[in-house]
Formats: sequence, structure tokens, C-alpha cells
Amino acid sequence: MAAGFALRMTHFPLTDHIPSLRRYARALTGDAWAADDLVQDTLERACSKWRLWVAGSDLRAWLFTLMHNIFVNQVRRSLRQAAAGAAVNVDEVENELAAPEAGTAQSLDLQRCLLRLPEDQRAVLLLVSLEDLSYEEVARITGVPVGTVMSRLSRARSRLRELMDGPAAAATAPAQLRRLK
Amino acid sequence: MENPHDTLQSHGEVLHDRINALVDGRLPPARAAELEAQLGEDAAARETLRAWKAQREALRSLHRPLLDEAIPDTLLAAARRGQAGKQQIEQWWRWGGMAAAVVLAFGVGWLSHGQLGSPAPQQLAAARSAQSFVHQASLAHAVFSPEVRHPVEVTAAQQEHLVQWLSKRVGRPLKVPVLAAEGYELVGGRLLSGDGGARAQFMFQNAAGLRLTLYLGAVDSASPGTSAPEPSSQASHETAFRYSGDGPVPSFYWVDQGFGYALSGAISRDELMKLARLVYQQL
Repeated sequence: MAAGFALRMTHFPLTDHIPSLRRYARALTGDAWAADDLVQDTLERACSKWRLWVAGSDLRAWLFTLMHNIFVNQVRRSLRQAAAGAAVNVDEVENELAAPEAGTAQSLDLQRCLLRLPEDQRAVLLLVSLEDLSYEEVARITGVPVGTVMSRLSRARSRLRELMDGPAAAATAPAQLRRLK
Repeated sequence: MENPHDTLQSHGEVLHDRINALVDGRLPPARAAELEAQLGEDAAARETLRAWKAQREALRSLHRPLLDEAIPDTLLAAARRGQAGKQQIEQWWRWGGMAAAVVLAFGVGWLSHGQLGSPAPQQLAAARSAQSFVHQASLAHAVFSPEVRHPVEVTAAQQEHLVQWLSKRVGRPLKVPVLAAEGYELVGGRLLSGDGGARAQFMFQNAAGLRLTLYLGAVDSASPGTSAPEPSSQASHETAFRYSGDGPVPSFYWVDQGFGYALSGAISRDELMKLARLVYQQL
């Protein structure tokens, strides 16, 4: 019994999921700090809601569900603030989006185009592509029917393709030019 | 049946759903090959398939280095807190079950032996609160000893202040045992909350970075209802030196005049007992 506990304690199952949560959060928010904040909020939520996790069920899916809900609430809150006139300075936001991140020009461009997708489409596309979750799992995580997941996925892929292909020069043009719009 | 417009719409959706399934590898190989052959005649669909596959690959390489990057301490700490919380809950369930079993066992004993030897409820409660105490000690060890940046609230550099502060909060003059001869130096201490109120934790560390924690505080007295202490409740205020391997790390613990002490650390039982005896002698 004691050995069992020691084993479980040294092998933190939550810790195993942190890298993929971080990557998903980074692609979702496009910002290293915002992403780690989102992961931290998710872990804290998990800590306070352990009771609701059915032991033996898929921990990863549960964590992504928590993260999805937190993210959706954050987006809603910031939309409300924007609607209420809480100044969102477009220039500042643009700077944040263009904050220097490690990566090739191509991945920077991909990240920027991702951020121009509606949040619900972006989330579905990333859960399917990055995490290899099935459409049914993604439906459970995002709380919508599978049909909706499928149509969001199609729309996300079509739109992302347009964004990436559209300004054909985008990939080669200097980042500053794109920022000017 | 359906008007042409609907049919057209759903045809487009169905096509996209199929392409999605191909891109994400959701189809058995035979079905995938069949579908690709069908798409062969549709140049636009073929192009969509190609573009979406390339897009999927590009997305999968996006931020990939993050997967191998060291996890920031703040996130690790958050995960550990979560883990400890989960185990506490599991433990509560287990203890609930154990308590029920103990009650049942005593019930059977009472029936077969008449009233002789029936245990005082205070004793049961006392055993339970001591167990709870040592479990909390072990959890606190598991939560804080892996901390890199903030293992303690007040460091050993301010030992005098640390001892005064924690003594005040737990309502009893505390002493920090000296374990230097065994290779363990004081790192510092922190204030925690427990069943019976404030608890203090002192942390020690040896040259190899191995950490021990001494957890102290009032142990929930068994029976708040009884005004005059009965002989049986005397037992609730003291327990012998005991070993507990039930928590995340093993502990030796004892209760002295309603005040509990637990020394926890991931070391062998013999070593831990030797250190616990040293602590006991010094306090």
C-alpha cells in the first residue's frame, strides 16, 4: 500500500500532460505568456475540481475540456470588455501578436493566420491536428455535436488555406510589411 | 424528396467531411484508398486534399519544440498541488471505508464479548485524528519539499523570527531540533492550516539535497463534548511513537499533550526512526 502511494506520487500524471497543454495553448493564444497563464489556470481548476474527474476516465480529455472552458470564458470576457468600450488599442494588440517568437517565417505566418480564425474554429482545428483527438472527443471537449465539429473543421481548413495562400507574397515578405497592413 | 439546393449543399459538406477523414487518417486503409480513387476525377477536391494535408503537417510542427522544453516551475508546482488535492480526496474515501470497518469490527466485538472491552469512542476518534494529522504532514511534505524557489516562507537565516512567528501561530513555544550531526541543516519553515488550526512545517536538507520536514500542531482533541477528562480520553492526548507508510512519503509521528509531531521524508524506515528519536529527545 505504501509502495503504491510512493509510486503514484513520484509519477505525477498531471505533469505528463503539461507539454501538450502548453503547445495547444500557445497555438490557441499565439502568446507565450498568455499560454502559460492558461495552462496554470487549467491546472488550478483541475486541482479544485478533482472530485468531478471520474477516476480511470481519460485525464487528457478532461484537462483539455477544462482548458477549453477557461479559454472560452476569457474570450467572452474580453469581448464584453471590448463591447463596453474598455479601450482595446488596435496598435497594441497588433504589437502583441507580432511579438518576437522563436520560429521560422513560415511558422510565424501560420500562427498569425491561425489567430485570424474565429476561436471556435481555431480550437477544433488545433484539437484535431495537434492532439490527434477523434471528432467525437473534440465534440465532448467543446460541448457541441459532432456535426458542428465537422463543419467547423472544414471551415477552419478552408479559411486557413485562403489566409495562407491569399497574400501569396506573405511568406516571403518581411514581417514589418505585413504588420502595417 | 430533397430540393436540388439542399442536395448540392450537403454534397459539398459530405465531400469536406470525407476529405477531413482522409487528412486526419480516420479511415481504414481500404476505405481511404477507395475514397482517394473517387476523388481522382475531381481536380478541385484533390487539390483541397493536398492543401489540407500540407496544412495539417505544418500545424503539427508548429511550436513542436515546446513539447521537449523544460516545464516552468510555476506549472510544475500547480500540478503538484493538484495531485496532492486528488490524493487527499482518495484518502478521505479510503479512511471513510476504514473507519466504517473499524466501527463494524468493534460492533462485532461488543456483541460477542458483552460490554467488556468495548472501546471508548474517544479512543477511536483520537486514533483517527492522529492518522489525519500524520497524513496531512506527509501531504505537506510532498507539496513543498519539491519546491525549488519557494520551499519555505521564512528561511533559516531568520531563524529567531521564524521560531517566534510560528510559535505564536500554533500557540505553543516551538524549538527547532538540531540535526546537523546527521547532515541535515535547517532550510526554514512555513505556516500551514490543518484540521485543528495552524500547523508549522520546518524543512531540513542534507548535502545531497534530500529534504526532511517536521510538521507540528495541535491534534484535534477527540471529544469536544466531554468536560471532565476520563481515563480513556487521556490516551487521546498522547500516542506512542508510530510509523506511517500510508501517505505520499513515510513519517514517524507522536502526540504529546494534544500536540502532534511528524517527521517525514523519503528515506528508509530505520533512518527516519533514528532521526525522529533525535527530534523527540530535543523537543
